[in-house]
Amino acid sequence: MSKHTLPDLVPDSKIRLPKQAERTLGTGLTVIAVRRPSVPLVELRLRVPFGRAPLARATLLSQALFTGTTSMSSIDIAAELQAVGGGLSAGLDPDRLLVTGNSLVSGLDRMLEILAGVLTEPAYPADEVGTERDRLVDHIQVAQSQPAHLARTALLERVYGRHPYAVQTPTPEQVRGVRPAQLRALHADRVRPEGAVLVLVGDLNPEKAIDAAERALSGWKGTGKDSTVPPAPPLEPGPLLLVDRPGSVQSSLRMALPAVPRTDPDHPALQLANMVFGGYFSSRWVENIREDKGYTYGPHTSIEHFLAGSTLVVAAEVATEVTGPALLETIYELGKIASLPPGEEELEQARRYALGTLRLSMSTQAGLAGLASIYASFGLRLDHLTAYSAALAAVTREQVAEAAAKYLAPARAVTVVLGDAEKVEGPLSALTSVERSAE
Amino acid sequence: MKIPATKYPVERLTLDNGLRVVLTPDRSAPVVGVAVVYDVGIRSEPEGRTGFAHLFEHLMFQGSENLEKLAHFRHVQGAGGSFNGSTHLDFTDYFEVLPAGALERALFLEADRMRGPRLTEENLRNQVDVVKEEIRVNVLNRPYGGFPWLKLPAVMFETFPNAHDGYGSFTDLESATVDDAAEFFRKYYASGNATLAVAGDFDVTQATELIQRHFGDVPARPRPELPGFDEPGLTAERRESYVDKLAPLPAVASGWRVPDPIANFQDYLPYVVLAEVLTDGDASRLVERLVQRDRIVTSVGGYIGFMGDEYQVRNPTAFLLQAHMPPGGDADKVLRVVDEELDRLATGGLAPGELARTQARMATHLLRDTDAVLGRALPMAVLELQRGRPELLNELPRLVGEVTEEQIVAAAAALRPESRATVEVIAGANA
Repeated sequence: MSKHTLPDLVPDSKIRLPKQAERTLGTGLTVIAVRRPSVPLVELRLRVPFGRAPLARATLLSQALFTGTTSMSSIDIAAELQAVGGGLSAGLDPDRLLVTGNSLVSGLDRMLEILAGVLTEPAYPADEVGTERDRLVDHIQVAQSQPAHLARTALLERVYGRHPYAVQTPTPEQVRGVRPAQLRALHADRVRPEGAVLVLVGDLNPEKAIDAAERALSGWKGTGKDSTVPPAPPLEPGPLLLVDRPGSVQSSLRMALPAVPRTDPDHPALQLANMVFGGYFSSRWVENIREDKGYTYGPHTSIEHFLAGSTLVVAAEVATEVTGPALLETIYELGKIASLPPGEEELEQARRYALGTLRLSMSTQAGLAGLASIYASFGLRLDHLTAYSAALAAVTREQVAEAAAKYLAPARAVTVVLGDAEKVEGPLSALTSVERSAE
Repeated sequence: MKIPATKYPVERLTLDNGLRVVLTPDRSAPVVGVAVVYDVGIRSEPEGRTGFAHLFEHLMFQGSENLEKLAHFRHVQGAGGSFNGSTHLDFTDYFEVLPAGALERALFLEADRMRGPRLTEENLRNQVDVVKEEIRVNVLNRPYGGFPWLKLPAVMFETFPNAHDGYGSFTDLESATVDDAAEFFRKYYASGNATLAVAGDFDVTQATELIQRHFGDVPARPRPELPGFDEPGLTAERRESYVDKLAPLPAVASGWRVPDPIANFQDYLPYVVLAEVLTDGDASRLVERLVQRDRIVTSVGGYIGFMGDEYQVRNPTAFLLQAHMPPGGDADKVLRVVDEELDRLATGGLAPGELARTQARMATHLLRDTDAVLGRALPMAVLELQRGRPELLNELPRLVGEVTEEQIVAAAAALRPESRATVEVIAGANA
């Protein structure tokens, strides 16, 4: 009855990289500044190599980084940052300490000055560290009551075994034992500019922003300890690991599959194979277990990159009573993509999605800052966007099929299920061998 | 520090069928954001049909006049874009962000479902299942699920629209019928009851033509009368608690009624700023006192609106404070200290620079949100719907900066214990 038909897409323009500059300072700190003048703000990201740092101390250090310097209290720091519309916070992953912040662009100098104070004259006052330690312990306790956290913890242990990546959250007991003096020592050892990358993105002149960073941070010196993490071990498929969570109304299904770093020639094809399988909403797996069967709300898959290895992670929270069927469909979809080439149209759809989301991620200051910082920590620069887009555009159907056979085969998966074991063990055992977690 | 402002251009027009349109072009990145907002939300769902507004939001993705099930998702993502929708107390939004060359496609998709979604028994049952899993993930299978946004309204309000659980009971969700959905669509999803906003990389003349082409023949239906949801405020303190079997630590949240966010924006805005004075960062009053000095909470947050949508909510709404406590935490003590701090602010005023720095940080947050095309399209669509003033988005940093110490002090003085509603989470897990 309606005359409306689906309009054609206007082809994308060529990717235009923003104006940027880069300088490695004499101290070993690399500064990358990117101009996007859309709003009068600046985004800041600082990544400091932190691989193999003692976990409990490193985690508390990241929580307590802004508790005070020799000349400023935690409240001074927060108030002075606020005065320029600014804020800074810190986090930790198994490879890096990450400082994230932003401010009005007119406050960039002040934000850098405060950051410099935090980096070069940390005090870790006993009182404030005590507060942060207690908060971290409480926070970990809450995390330990969340199924997503428990499932991830179990998967990491199963995947990484004795490798440092196996444990990424300390226990409350370990955190309770950390003393301020240990934070000061760890800071002196590891919070160093050598190998660190500072990214500034915003309504700025890139060269001048780097000058400002150089002025403010010239006093941050020194070489950190070797942070090289040994290569992650290959995945060792085995029985499905079942972790009991009595009374759970859902099961957390997790699978790890092999993957390759961003720079690997297989990466673009693997990324597209992942998309077709389950890496976005319009994928086979999501259409199957959500839109057809209604087993789950937000199933998702993604390739996680760490410095010492990459893994493809499959995740879904499914109703307890359909845990077996949900695993069945997951194995089916993995088996299908690993065994048969994708259709032309579904591959083109996945390709356009992958290319489009790259553009979207470049369209904000925060998006650009995140990309530039993550890329830099893997030795890449924003021009990787152009190269990666070209590579995605060139991937053939055969290459996707090859990558899927190599990386997405269900026989290669490490599987963990967290749920009410009494209810789900039987149905899961019908599909694969199951091993109960010792905990 | 001078508070800067954005100058996003704003063009407004109304189609013959009553659809109100906002265009805000910005050629700085080759992307567009498209938002369609309908003037119906959780407060409008009928008794016995809790959760229906949200369930219906799901049904709007299940195919429409010219589109099979799954087609909407595939067409957006196959154009390189992302989509979503969300159900609020007073509105329901649907949105896409895409490469600029997909603008017409997004307009086609939104217009097609504005003409009518495919409401089938099969799709309804499927989405009831999906919504139940959503509720399990977000509420039933995790600690602090629905705290406080699903728990506090029932303590604070008397009437069904304001007090009920907007995610819905499983019984009500399972009772929903295709006829209910058809009636809900007919009544509330009229073009005159909606706004469309487009932000990003487009030419206004061309976009106007595309909008006419796709939305121009959406049949006009009468716009339902906007109900008033006001009810009397509290005359005495209310307090409830519940055991959360999954929660290892106690928590508490309180709400106070605030002036009408739309009819009385002038008096409302100081409460928005007060929430930040009290809880934004380590130098804020309540973080300093409760977290750092007294160490009786591990975190505290303050905001307006149960969904944190302070500029997109109608009356009645609330100023909210929520705090998580350490083991054995004492909610009474936390509330006493909050009262003390409010009194101190009401009688002693602000410290030098305290208001200005809070306003500067708020400006950063506001500006940062608008850097994304959807951070403009979505709020502008809602501001048009509720106020007829999408350009308010440009003015907010300045208006926040004009709030005075006297206004903050008066707002703090109005948050009295006797007008407070509180809900406490009793930790039920053995941590």
